[in-house]
Amino acid sequence: MDSRTVLSPLPPDDVLTVRLAAGDEEAFRLVLDRWSPGMLRLARDFVSTRASAEEVVQETWMAVFRGIARFEGRSSLKTWVYRILVRTAKARGVKEQRTIPMSGSLPEAESDAGPTVDPSRFRGPDDPYPGHWRPGQAPAPWNAPEDRALVSEVRRVIGDALAALPARYRVVLSLRDIEGYGSDEVCELLGITAGNQRVLLHRARAQVRRRLEEYFGAAEGAADDEL
Amino acid sequence: MNCDEFVELVTAYLDGALDPATERRFIDHLAQCEGCENYLDQFRTTIQALGELPAESLSGETRDRLLAAFRDFPRP
Repeated sequence: MDSRTVLSPLPPDDVLTVRLAAGDEEAFRLVLDRWSPGMLRLARDFVSTRASAEEVVQETWMAVFRGIARFEGRSSLKTWVYRILVRTAKARGVKEQRTIPMSGSLPEAESDAGPTVDPSRFRGPDDPYPGHWRPGQAPAPWNAPEDRALVSEVRRVIGDALAALPARYRVVLSLRDIEGYGSDEVCELLGITAGNQRVLLHRARAQVRRRLEEYFGAAEGAADDEL
Repeated sequence: MNCDEFVELVTAYLDGALDPATERRFIDHLAQCEGCENYLDQFRTTIQALGELPAESLSGETRDRLLAAFRDFPRP
């Protein structure tokens, strides 16, 4: 889950729980520093400002150490914490009148149904190969950036793409691909079906891929110009 | 399988959620279509890049406030 950085493993949940309940500050500091970044991003999907997200994370931690004695270990400790966060964030999102329709009213359901790749990139029904990539429209390999400036460029493109996503896409994408949660956990956290989760995730990924394709395509074009 | 069908099944494929017959058609298409092989690779690259985004942290103030609240929390 923490593939981005190599960190020493946390103590197992039962040990952590006992230490947190006993008021062990070192244990609290460990989970606070390890989980808060992901919680902050997740909270941001439900509330309108960064400051508000930070308050949600704070409120969640307070609820965690007030309620730790009631944690029964039926889920992982982190999942329990994330559930509290989602509840807290949703309650605040309602106050801010920023609710995320997860399954969607009809217009949303319809907008979740169309193709994720521009249909004009495929050959039409009268073509000998209908539904196949048109000449010049097939995806080309991307050259992965090696130097650090380009890596941060790519991150900026991804950040912009994330910001442009509808919130219900972004929340699923954050949990699955940024936080590394499995599909079952995401369905449970958000109260959505596996099928719905997959549709939202696929559409979100497809939009981010599209932005990256534009970026890499433009970069490639620039390289060609130099030749 | 056509390319326009393939591109919509990539997430289901990566989740191992395709039924066996569809998965076979997906793989058969992949073997024959370079564009779709690139598309699948681009999806993998996208997912990997998302997983490598740097994390934001809590402000120092909030962190200190929480550590103090934890320390001062009354316990039996």
